[in-house]
Amino acid sequence: MRITKDLVAASATPLVLGILAEGQSYGYAILRQVDELSGGQLEWTEGLLYPLLHRLERLGHVDSAWETPDGGRRRKYYRITEQGRAELAAQRQQWAAVVETLRGVWSATQFVRPMPALLWEVGG
Amino acid sequence: MTVGSDNELEGQIAEWRAYMDRRRELHRPDADELEDHLRGRIADLTGAGLRPDEAFLIAVKRMGSLDELSREFAREHSERLWKQLVLPAEPDPPAAARSRRDLPVMLLCAALAAVAIKVPGLFGVDMEEDDTRFYALNLSLFALPPMAAYFAWKRQVGVRVVAVLAALFAVGGVAANAYPLAQESQSIALTAIHLPLALWLAVGVAYVGGEWGESRRRMDFIRFTGEWLIYFVLLGLGGGVLMAFTAGTFEAIGVDAQVAIFQWVLPCGAMAAVTVAAWLVEAKQSVIENMAPVLTRVFTPLFAVALSAFLVAVVWTNNGIDIERDVLIIFDLLLVVVLGLLLYAISARDLAAPPGLFDRLQLALVVSALVIDAMVLVAITGRISEWGFSPNKTAAVGENLILLTNLAWSAWLFLAFVRGRAAFARLELWQTRYLAAYGAWAWTVVLAFPLVFRFA
Repeated sequence: MRITKDLVAASATPLVLGILAEGQSYGYAILRQVDELSGGQLEWTEGLLYPLLHRLERLGHVDSAWETPDGGRRRKYYRITEQGRAELAAQRQQWAAVVETLRGVWSATQFVRPMPALLWEVGG
Repeated sequence: MTVGSDNELEGQIAEWRAYMDRRRELHRPDADELEDHLRGRIADLTGAGLRPDEAFLIAVKRMGSLDELSREFAREHSERLWKQLVLPAEPDPPAAARSRRDLPVMLLCAALAAVAIKVPGLFGVDMEEDDTRFYALNLSLFALPPMAAYFAWKRQVGVRVVAVLAALFAVGGVAANAYPLAQESQSIALTAIHLPLALWLAVGVAYVGGEWGESRRRMDFIRFTGEWLIYFVLLGLGGGVLMAFTAGTFEAIGVDAQVAIFQWVLPCGAMAAVTVAAWLVEAKQSVIENMAPVLTRVFTPLFAVALSAFLVAVVWTNNGIDIERDVLIIFDLLLVVVLGLLLYAISARDLAAPPGLFDRLQLALVVSALVIDAMVLVAITGRISEWGFSPNKTAAVGENLILLTNLAWSAWLFLAFVRGRAAFARLELWQTRYLAAYGAWAWTVVLAFPLVFRFA
């Protein structure tokens, strides 16, 4: 199953903020975590991830710092800010509302299946 | 993993990195970040049992095309597509101390110029009274020495160059003030025009840091001149807006600011702007595209069309050129414009490039200007004996001949170049050498004309 581009883009911000809410991280680790959490179904590109991180930084939801672990290479770590946590909470509510609505729609129709052909079309 | 394959991997990453660094949308920190990403993925893949070169290929492939990546970055960082002049620019550490002092030194020089123009006022030489003649003659002596001083400081010139500069400005000062010119003398206007030109070349000595013999440095000075002019005009426009608003707002509260504006803001601002414009050109030269060559590109075809149309009109209507008093001046200015178009096309040209359409257009422009000027000269020689040799006419004819000589030889070199018989560099060399001729002529007008024409 492939998740469409729109849905990937829409879910990217809460995913990144959610991952960073558990602790600071860096680009590649975030990408891998998304991969693992979605069981490989969410395909993120670098062209999506890094500009998104930079945008979140510009908006003040995250901040970043270059750190050099002992004997390692310089790496850019991102941390969520207070404002970012507030944003995450807001997005969570929105997503919960969306999911709730979808659930309501799907339980009303019991299960999703192709609509049966209409009588007059069959009868022709 | 062996040491050999490790080195190979580093080489591949360095090559990939070089591609990234060529992208304007990706700044160095972004490329660092992406390199870290690439390395992370390669480490994972080699950990899973792949060979380093395979891991590298897969990691690069996963990252997707560089074009797409840059496009995504550009959407977030659209400001990067506009080169910005950062003030003060990020300097390299060794040059940092000096470039930190660059701004204060420039401001000091600009302030000096602004103050200097008001000093004669202390001695009763007012701008409003009949002393406009004094200011007309001496304007460049207030504006240009501070700018020359700024460049002398910036280029760290030796004592010898400072002495040359001081001598040139001193001679200019003497020439402007020592001659007992008659009240209605034509030489006043001539000196007022030619002294700035002569002293501008003196500024050139400071600009090139005394390496006056170097053709490349002279070309730099020509480039500088074009950019400076553009920046000066822009500063002038901004200053005009500032003064208009100042006058308007003060008038609204019933205070007449006219005197303050015309006696202080305008002269002091104009003098300071000379140095500020020079500093701006210096500060932005490697940051922003040069404007003069861009304007040249736009206007060369237009001027070529206009001049050709003029020639066709002359032939079609069979009208001779109406030789009036000021007609020479107009055609002198035309030659200056054509020369400017030629100079700034040369200044931006890749010397090794083969002749193209633009070069032919340029040649057509120069040739049509030459034909027009030849017609003017032929028409005028008959009249010159009739008028006699006044200072104005002599200066105008002299300038015409100097420009004509330059353009004629340029056309010849251009023709040789377009036909593939000579290198383009010869044209550049000719133009840079010819600067000396302008200097010699300007000094001749300033120093010798009043004597020759007995201060008439």
